[in-house]
Amino acid sequence: MKTTLTVNGEARELDADTRVTLLDALRHHLDLTGTKKGCDHGQCGACTVLVNGRRINSCLSLACMHDGDEITTIEGLGTPDDMSALQKAFVKHDGYQCGYCTPGQICSATAMLDEIRQNWPSHVSDDLNGPAKLTVEEVAERMSGNLCRCSCYPNIVDAIRDVADAEGGRS
Amino acid sequence: MREFDYARADSVSDATSQASLSDGEARFIAGGTNLLDLMKLEVMTPDKLVDITRLDLNAITATDEGGLRIGALVTNSDLAADETVRRDYAVLSRALLAGASGQLRNKATTGGNLLQRTRCYYFYDTDMPCNKREPGSGCSAIGGATRLHAILGASEACIATHPSDMAVAMQVLGAQVETERASGEGRIVPLSDFYKLPGDTPHIETMLEPGELITAVILPPPPGGTHVYRKVRDRASYAFALVSVAAVIEMDAGRMQRVQLAFGGIAPQPWRNAEVEDLLTNEEPSRALFDRAADMLLADAQGQGGNDFKILLTRRTLRAVLAEATGLGDSQ
Amino acid sequence: MTAHLKIDGPDESNRLDGMAQGVIHTPADRPEGPLKVTGTATYAAEWQLDGMATGVLARATITRGKVVRVDAEAARALPGVVDVITDSRLVRNPAQGMANESPVQAPDTVSYFGQPIALVVAETFEQARHAAHALQIQYEVDDGAAVSPEQSDEIDLPEGKQVAQGDLDQAMSAAAFSVDQTWTTPGHNSSAMEPHAAAAEWHEGKLTLRSSNQMLKYNRNEVADALGVDPENVRVLSPYVGGGFGSKLGIGPEAVAAAIAAEKLGRPVRVVMTRQQVYETVLHRSASRQRVRLAADEDGRLLGLGHDFTVYNNVGEVFSEPVAQATHFTYPGAHREIVHRVATVHRVPTGSVRAPGEAIGVTVFENAMDELAEATGIDPVELRLRNIPDRDPESGKPFSSHMLADALHDGAARFGWEGRDPTPRARLEGDWYIGTGMAAAVRVNTVMESKARLCLHPDLTAEVETDMTDIGTGTYSILTQIAAELLGLPLSQVTTRLGDTDLPPGAGSGGSWGASSAGTSVYLAGMKLREQIAEKLGVAETDLTLKDGMAIHGNRTTPLSDLLDGPLEVIGHVEGGDAGETVRQATYGSHFAEVAVNRHSGETRVRRMLGSFACGRVLNEKTARSQCLGGMTFGIGMALTEEMLFDPRDGHIANNDLAEYHLAVNADVPQLEVHFVPERDPWANPMQAKGIGELGICGAAAAITNAIWHATGVRVRDYPATLDKILPYLD
Repeated sequence: MKTTLTVNGEARELDADTRVTLLDALRHHLDLTGTKKGCDHGQCGACTVLVNGRRINSCLSLACMHDGDEITTIEGLGTPDDMSALQKAFVKHDGYQCGYCTPGQICSATAMLDEIRQNWPSHVSDDLNGPAKLTVEEVAERMSGNLCRCSCYPNIVDAIRDVADAEGGRS
Repeated sequence: MREFDYARADSVSDATSQASLSDGEARFIAGGTNLLDLMKLEVMTPDKLVDITRLDLNAITATDEGGLRIGALVTNSDLAADETVRRDYAVLSRALLAGASGQLRNKATTGGNLLQRTRCYYFYDTDMPCNKREPGSGCSAIGGATRLHAILGASEACIATHPSDMAVAMQVLGAQVETERASGEGRIVPLSDFYKLPGDTPHIETMLEPGELITAVILPPPPGGTHVYRKVRDRASYAFALVSVAAVIEMDAGRMQRVQLAFGGIAPQPWRNAEVEDLLTNEEPSRALFDRAADMLLADAQGQGGNDFKILLTRRTLRAVLAEATGLGDSQ
Repeated sequence: MTAHLKIDGPDESNRLDGMAQGVIHTPADRPEGPLKVTGTATYAAEWQLDGMATGVLARATITRGKVVRVDAEAARALPGVVDVITDSRLVRNPAQGMANESPVQAPDTVSYFGQPIALVVAETFEQARHAAHALQIQYEVDDGAAVSPEQSDEIDLPEGKQVAQGDLDQAMSAAAFSVDQTWTTPGHNSSAMEPHAAAAEWHEGKLTLRSSNQMLKYNRNEVADALGVDPENVRVLSPYVGGGFGSKLGIGPEAVAAAIAAEKLGRPVRVVMTRQQVYETVLHRSASRQRVRLAADEDGRLLGLGHDFTVYNNVGEVFSEPVAQATHFTYPGAHREIVHRVATVHRVPTGSVRAPGEAIGVTVFENAMDELAEATGIDPVELRLRNIPDRDPESGKPFSSHMLADALHDGAARFGWEGRDPTPRARLEGDWYIGTGMAAAVRVNTVMESKARLCLHPDLTAEVETDMTDIGTGTYSILTQIAAELLGLPLSQVTTRLGDTDLPPGAGSGGSWGASSAGTSVYLAGMKLREQIAEKLGVAETDLTLKDGMAIHGNRTTPLSDLLDGPLEVIGHVEGGDAGETVRQATYGSHFAEVAVNRHSGETRVRRMLGSFACGRVLNEKTARSQCLGGMTFGIGMALTEEMLFDPRDGHIANNDLAEYHLAVNADVPQLEVHFVPERDPWANPMQAKGIGELGICGAAAAITNAIWHATGVRVRDYPATLDKILPYLD
């Protein structure tokens, strides 16, 4: 099925089996292997990408359903020579070990900071109607859809809060 | 995943007619977070998917009755973050935020969430007999690993639970489901009548007819009172409920003037028991009364070995939620 | 040129402390970090090879029996299907670590539910996945297979693994205080985030296998043996590995199947396990039943101890979880009894998962010590301090270095342990009972044979090359740092290449020995290069300072580039020697945890956790710390959530995915604290560095369950401590 996606700002044509997920389209049809497959069932977050600015599990989404959508993958956030603030913070804080969950963590964190800016509450927010805060507990809860078996969670939380601090986003 | 025909619907009537015109089994797809999960494992094998994501069912609007009409395609994230929901239906916002992950909530929709399938390990494995997946094949959960399974409302044919958090909150709020059939006929069904107990037909989970599309969920006017959603699970986040309790309780002069309770993780559907609510209504909160309510709720509870603990857990969680919602201190 | 060392004795020269570049030990960022955070590091499944087909493994749906027929015809008729591979060379089990030969083959003999039977190859993943699911396999079922140790009538007591010294029964009856309890631990799966994957390609009789593996020099031989080809014709590439934790030590069914299919079809074939297959076919940590007996005198000093346990494996596997590995030497007592039982069961085979042995053995033993502390009324830290042996209590060998007391003192002081009220269930904050607990950490330390090439160029760049892997452990970092430190170069001028069997064979990542073994090989090469440079200058190596590309000796400074008229290249080669036998070598640490247990539900949350570890010289403070965070978090999972649920009827794994096999998520893990206790162990290797990859998990779960007892008064002896095990004892 013919599908047009805008991936990292570039129009990409895809003509694939309707069964192809957005994840497999990226990895195996569009040569963007930065997005990882950890479980293929929405249970690990390694495949997280941004669709129209929001984080989703690309494994649980058919590519053909995204005709006309704007997709941002890890490759679109920065390059080794020009890393985003979060990418740099992950390096500095060692917010990864094997690196496999890392693109998903960073895409997820990128969108999560935006959710905070929009004042979305979380499961651990004391007040549903109050301002969204970036405490350790809030970041940990909001990032719990991204598993890391190497278990860099404390470093991931530090990296994200570091960036939020620099942006003046932590209240 | 089996091959399927894919069609994009551009209106509700287009969607329902495309679904009903299909030769084989047709399914609507929106968020797809559960459907694709199950299709990959061939637990679900529709011949046709009707993509409804482009339909205009994204709005949250006030109803004439003072309630809220939530379009079927409103995502869990948008619903949880909606200012009216946060303020007036906090139990719903809380339930949504307790479910899944940020990524999944961005995809999962209101209509789809109501239709979430069970997480039963044996339902998920096509090499295991399962009456829900393959009617008449037997239930392999009975005698197997049953940590996830039901203590209320189950049958000899099926002991699966409904995994949704959102639906528990919808149930406690007395939501109604608005649908449209291929005939163009719409109907509005109370959520309390929406789900079917398994009995000997566990594959029939709701009253929806083939090709019938959920278009919205309608909430009654804000119930007021104190809203609590307590989810108990095996890790701090990103896990299905072992037990969840949704409560909306309004106190007046030291008595529980209004009591609405619903339970997740323990039954084939979001569980509500009117007798238990009646027992508590207009009474002063007390530990003894809460225990009687738990006794009544759990009178027919049946464990399967691996989930026996849910009986005690439900009792204790109910008690804690009632104490929290009524402000009952320890000494009473 | 080769610089070779067999480690027969201590090396007190401590040369790394005499270096000037100042990069060793520093928390340098990982050199490959920018690739990992931008998605440009390439993992096994991500190579796009021309004409590549995709294979998906098909599994057995019986527990034991014979495959009578695989209906390949029907599968081949499905759209896109290229072939169905049923070949007697397919492997039934993954290889154990360092097997160096093919694992069990005979795929048509079914020995566990989920065993790979065949590979379905198609043009696309979607086609192959469906065809593998649809593949019809007929069996001759062999009923009555034992799927749990309780059902098994084959219980082996392996020779050389049993200990009986003195008279423990007598010591128990004579003891002032004793503990005699039984614990159980469930099966654990490594659950690396990258599923096992391989892409195979043949060219003129030579196989190139891009795989996700930890120990390439063995993996090459394992694949070659399975295929029946000369290892010279096999090249294995694993430059990036998305986590291993033991599960990728040996070659697996996906790699052998990919290689066979690629050869048969004459085109590259990629095989990636589904997450469900990772649970169903990858080696897991055996569940265990462990009885611990402790006999102590009035002062809490151990007179004797017993560790009697049962683990299991599948038919034909010789590995058995070495539960008592640290029991042999951690605590004193003349009366000692270790009984190591192995049951044969028809579950997916068992093998190494992070810290095989100590992960569950130390954990349970530290629970027993906590019960002894309760019985004696002695503070748990003090009890351990009173029970530090002078020599290995079983063999009488001296310790190379013994840092347990230091780690206990350090951890206790930093955690604020002093003055703790030992009374259980004494602290309630809101709805939460609060408690603290601690445990010792112990893990054996070894060095393995390893080679690395170090080349210094006239432009003052240098390369480290070895087939050693970095599975997240920090190998790229530390090898770069060792070379840069010795050669006096900035880190940016040193490049490390790993994960390619065309490079000198390294130790592989396993057993916590990667850093000390591969690191020593680089160290040896670096020292030899220093000697060569010193020789050019006519000075002794010990009088030579190399810093920022300058060679300094006495009051003379010579640009290093002036001394190089071509590249200098040395292969460093280390082997374990007598040192491993002469002394007992181990790493030690302490864990402290504070938990909150919900008074209504029994849910446990770790509020605070601190580890203090001694692992010799720390080569990179950042990556070493991360390794400890990882180990401790595995400990949180072991304590609270992780458990493989085996169906009691057919032994299949019910919770075969990441939704239901509960790894700790971010919200389960507080901001863990890690501290290192300074140590130099001259027996370990010339760098005085020891392993750190596994110490963090050893005993960690016990600190948490001991804290649960302190919070609630409930002893959970059946891991994990899920709420249902605490709930009945709450008010």
